[in-house]
Amino acid sequence: MATKSTGGIEKTKSTEVKKKLNVLIVDDDPSIRRLHEMIIKRIGGISQTAKNGEEAVILHRGGASFDLILMDKEMPERDGVSTTKKLREMKVTSMIVGVTSLADQEEERKAFMEAGLNHCLEKPLTMDKILPYINHLLGA
Amino acid sequence: MLGLGVDRLQADINRLLASLFHQGVLDEQFLQLQQLQDETSPNFVYDVINIYFDESEKLLRNLRLLLMDREFSDYKKIGLHLNQLVGSSSSIGARRVRNVCVAFRSASELSNRPGCLRGLEVVEHEYHYLKNMMHELFQLEQQRILAAGVRYPM
Repeated sequence: MATKSTGGIEKTKSTEVKKKLNVLIVDDDPSIRRLHEMIIKRIGGISQTAKNGEEAVILHRGGASFDLILMDKEMPERDGVSTTKKLREMKVTSMIVGVTSLADQEEERKAFMEAGLNHCLEKPLTMDKILPYINHLLGA
Repeated sequence: MLGLGVDRLQADINRLLASLFHQGVLDEQFLQLQQLQDETSPNFVYDVINIYFDESEKLLRNLRLLLMDREFSDYKKIGLHLNQLVGSSSSIGARRVRNVCVAFRSASELSNRPGCLRGLEVVEHEYHYLKNMMHELFQLEQQRILAAGVRYPM
């Protein structure tokens, strides 16, 4: 089951609404989901999590949309490559950043990119690694 | 006196962490976890490490069940479990566990059952060492928090 962490729309003093970055974290490992949630929270974003690619697809079919999707590669039910392809077929235009493991071979990363990723990062994910992409999304 | 108790405990924590970094049990990713922790999530490191332990024990149990089966031949499944362990171990800074998982995975890629069994024993040994050290660290942290919070009535 997908879960949602903190979130909302901030209001500034001038009543202007400032939208928080909305991120979907797709990973079968619960400790990694927790870590990535915390990274996004510290950056000032809000996040939802999905345990596998199938949950991510179901979320999108239900009308959810995200600014950024952090996509693990190896997952049960539906892996990262298949999920990315499916989301792009569904016309999802979110920035999708693949998160791969040390073990992944170059050709596997290439196939993951070709599925429709915008970028690919290697675990472990850190604030320093993800910030350039967040800043790009926020137009900083 | 109270201040000295807190200082002593903090020194013990620093010494233990320094030792774990020196041994290569932990790497800089663990520092990243500590830096993410703040007053709004004061137990973040404890929580994420315990989630890691729960999940890792399931994976290690599955690996042992797979390899103990005399009819076993599903090395791809071994590889998938190990990929998850490699990823989660690197994400919490458990460098030695990650490294021995990588070695174990090499044996599984060669469909080398004796190598896999040896690999599993090494991973289990490193994992349990890490777990014991983390428990010691968390106990010291807890004692330090209690010592810092104790106030004798005037």
